[in-house]
Amino acid sequence: MKKTLFDKVWDAHVVDSIENGPQVLYIDKHLIHEVTSPQAFRELEDRGIPILRPEQIVATADHNTPTTNQHLPIKDALSRNQLNELSANCTKNGITLYELGHKNNGIVHVIAPELGITQPGMTIVCGDSHTSTHGAFGAIAFGIGTSQVAQVFASQCLLLEKPKSLRVTVNGTLRNGVLPKDVILYIIAKLGTNAGTGYFCEYAGDVFENMSMEGRMTVCNMSIEMGARGGMIAPDDITFEYVKGREFAPEGTEFDKKVSFWKTLPSDEGAKFDQEYYFDAADIEPMITYGTNPGMGIKITGNIPKNSTDDSTKKSLAYMGFEQGESLINKPINFVFIGSCTNSRIEDFRTAASFIKGKQKAKNVTAWLVPGSKKVESQIIDEGLRDIFEEAGFELRQPGCSACLAMNDDKIPQGEYCVSTSNRNFEGRQGQGSRTILASPLVAAATAIEGRIIDITKHLN
Amino acid sequence: MKKFTTLVSSAVLLVNENIDTDQIIPARFLKATNRDGFGINLFRDWKFQKNGDLNKEFALNNLKYSGSILVSGNNFGCGSSREHAAWALSDYGFKVIVSSFFADIFKGNALNNGLLPVQVSEVFLKDLFQKIKDNPKTEIEVNLIDQKISIKDTNLSEEFEIDAYKKTCLLNGYDDIDFLVASINKIKAFEAQQLH
Repeated sequence: MKKTLFDKVWDAHVVDSIENGPQVLYIDKHLIHEVTSPQAFRELEDRGIPILRPEQIVATADHNTPTTNQHLPIKDALSRNQLNELSANCTKNGITLYELGHKNNGIVHVIAPELGITQPGMTIVCGDSHTSTHGAFGAIAFGIGTSQVAQVFASQCLLLEKPKSLRVTVNGTLRNGVLPKDVILYIIAKLGTNAGTGYFCEYAGDVFENMSMEGRMTVCNMSIEMGARGGMIAPDDITFEYVKGREFAPEGTEFDKKVSFWKTLPSDEGAKFDQEYYFDAADIEPMITYGTNPGMGIKITGNIPKNSTDDSTKKSLAYMGFEQGESLINKPINFVFIGSCTNSRIEDFRTAASFIKGKQKAKNVTAWLVPGSKKVESQIIDEGLRDIFEEAGFELRQPGCSACLAMNDDKIPQGEYCVSTSNRNFEGRQGQGSRTILASPLVAAATAIEGRIIDITKHLN
Repeated sequence: MKKFTTLVSSAVLLVNENIDTDQIIPARFLKATNRDGFGINLFRDWKFQKNGDLNKEFALNNLKYSGSILVSGNNFGCGSSREHAAWALSDYGFKVIVSSFFADIFKGNALNNGLLPVQVSEVFLKDLFQKIKDNPKTEIEVNLIDQKISIKDTNLSEEFEIDAYKKTCLLNGYDDIDFLVASINKIKAFEAQQLH
């Protein structure tokens, strides 16, 4: 039978199947962080169950960490306690932890790929819905709840029903100024926030084939924003080249053997998907969101849809302070955030820097740049991007999830708009009463320079 | 895990669609390292106005609503995987959430905590909204054994789907860890096979 990429990876990990019920799926890598793991450690301890495979777990501190003065003790007692508990749990159980300040520390979905932990054909889970990021490598990767974190601790497996398959194909050539973030915001705006629920999504077509690994990660990262638990892209030479030579990547003949196996993973010609969507790359323009879910997106030069009678839409627009039919061009913006597991990789900062170089941010704007990892931070410095940012008046902070979910002090004030490269524009996501407008790093950089939303396409060569 | 068989209760009506887990429990309350006490911050930023006053309009503050069933709009529980959302709903006292659609991760988290997500048709949800609006004391019966939800004193009812395995777990109070730990030998055999 012809199989999809998803089928091949899933089927290779099925340990057992319960009649009329779920399957027992083996998990290769389990990534953990401070916020969704403590209750799972405690549960196992209370039940006297040992952690089965600590060597297959990697921990980092990212969600609840400060992005300034990371060398100092954390001020907030609850945050400090949560990080201490992660350290204690990892030490006690023999789990590798990249704690704050470690050279490998950073956002879980940035560090695992850059360390070569994420590899094609794997199953990867983490107590975080953006685990879908790792699907960019042709891995099955998805977010889980804390009870499931405990299950993986106890058994290195999960009980799951096999999701249905969905394929989104985008062919053609992207226009100038259209970034991977715009592609995924466009797809979600077209399909809605629950089109993918119950599905695992494969992204196919030459747009994704021609994308860098960083771009593919941005796309797969936001699969969950259309409800899909995971997104995948077939591994190819770009993937293999990215993995090669990284700290935990296989070496020498072992790597070659892996590559031969990884080459068998792409979906077979003619494999059937339960649902398929097709888009033309030429139709995609730089995107922004205007509402309080990631599906409420329009092209930056577009207008907010008119004539909605739906209460949820009205509530959403009232929260954002926008009117139906309004254009967001020239809307004054005081906050810009470039960061998060969606857009905090080196390519994102290079894109931002190329626009910012030689310019000054607008006086009204507070612009935070938060690298996804210590490694990205070093790259920013080594490549001279820090100088460009600082000369332009941007603030380069230290790695972490930061203002994407505002668990730490990086909060957008009540009522303020933030053009953000993160993944969610939910009410209060970036701080109580904050109003998030999702966009690409290029649009975010341009907004910071102008102090208002502009038609980026007019500013490109 | 707590057992669930049947429940008869009035309901709290929250008509919004796409309620995400950031609304159910905002991120700033995720710093605790145990599972208890999240109920007090359930829907924190909808319960209170910007100035800190109670938002009397909000369903959970509206004294006409009561009961351990939450009836809500389409796509409930989307967004973050935080299980704290299920813990907060449970801790507040909800035992059943009714919607026409649930986000995947939330649904799994709820089931793992003995909180029953009941997915009904759009038509039935509309009826349910109307009946509760007309009379907030309307009682609803949720019967897991028969997989049936009914509006008391009417002839309105609907069957709902649930995975047979999950149903057994809820009826008996088993959780997935019990099952997986009992499967350790099979799991180890699978691992050994992968090495060859």
